[in-house]
Amino acid sequence: MAASPMEQFEVTPIVPLHWGEIDLSFTNASLWMCIVAASVALFLTWGASQPRLVPSRMQSLAELSYTFIADMIRSAAGTEGLKFFPFIFTLFMFVLFSNLIGLLPPILIHPFTVTSHIIVTFALALFVFLMVIVVGLWRHGLHFLTLFAPKVPWPMLILMIPIEIVSFLSRPISLSVRLFANMLAGHTMLFVFGTFVVGLAGAGGVLSLLSVAPLIAITAVSALEFLIAFLQAYVFAILTCIYLNDALHLHEHH
Amino acid sequence: MDVESARLLGAGIASIALVGAGVGIGLIFGNYLNGALRNPGAAGGQFTNLLVGFALCEFTGLLGVVMGFIILFT
Repeated sequence: MAASPMEQFEVTPIVPLHWGEIDLSFTNASLWMCIVAASVALFLTWGASQPRLVPSRMQSLAELSYTFIADMIRSAAGTEGLKFFPFIFTLFMFVLFSNLIGLLPPILIHPFTVTSHIIVTFALALFVFLMVIVVGLWRHGLHFLTLFAPKVPWPMLILMIPIEIVSFLSRPISLSVRLFANMLAGHTMLFVFGTFVVGLAGAGGVLSLLSVAPLIAITAVSALEFLIAFLQAYVFAILTCIYLNDALHLHEHH
Repeated sequence: MDVESARLLGAGIASIALVGAGVGIGLIFGNYLNGALRNPGAAGGQFTNLLVGFALCEFTGLLGVVMGFIILFT
């Protein structure tokens, strides 16, 4: 009985709701998004309860995440970017926690990685992209369009402007596909190694002893997946800051 | 050749894109280590660029994997 590695990404409705032809069911994806949001809120409120000057462990963790993102925004987008701190912090914590919660072992629960679906990551990336455009137009008006015209001699501009426009339009796609593909590939690989362990262990004889090898591989890949979860959340957040920096300060040098 | 076999072959060929990702990631980290061993004080400041460069490089390789998945499952 071989389950396909893609079955863990199936979205199944838990509470079917239909409004005419529109399917608004509360699915397992919705449930795990609620769990992610609740765990982020729990993590931060637990860290902020009973604050002391010499912080306790949970308070240290919460303050660590706060200063980490604040430093990142200040270095990538300048002090003006700090106005966007709540948004970027929310984005980072949501992506990080949904990546990590998807790595929980399937014991008693069926964890679901919210960010392993392109529609979720595309919604986040599209929001970032539209926000960057709105911020740029609000701040600079139509002068924002000089973002596509770097200071080069005018014959090169004819080539540079289409290149700049295409690279700008590819930003939401690259942001979303990067996160989605990393999560998809990682979890699929874990599943495939799992089937190796089960297959070898069930084959009997010498092969059952060999099933330790894919088990060690799963442990190593899980460690790598934890690193990738942090890294992808960090990269999503820092690229958002870099795009914001482009919108806030058009071509100014630091 | 029927569609199913063609799909499997297509997905396999699409995964060759990861060769480029591997080479690129090796280049980025190798150059970072090279520079960090020559100038350890300046290494910390470039760590952010290292991670961003790694993610961008990995992304182009994973585009190939995603194309493979699309070929295989749709």
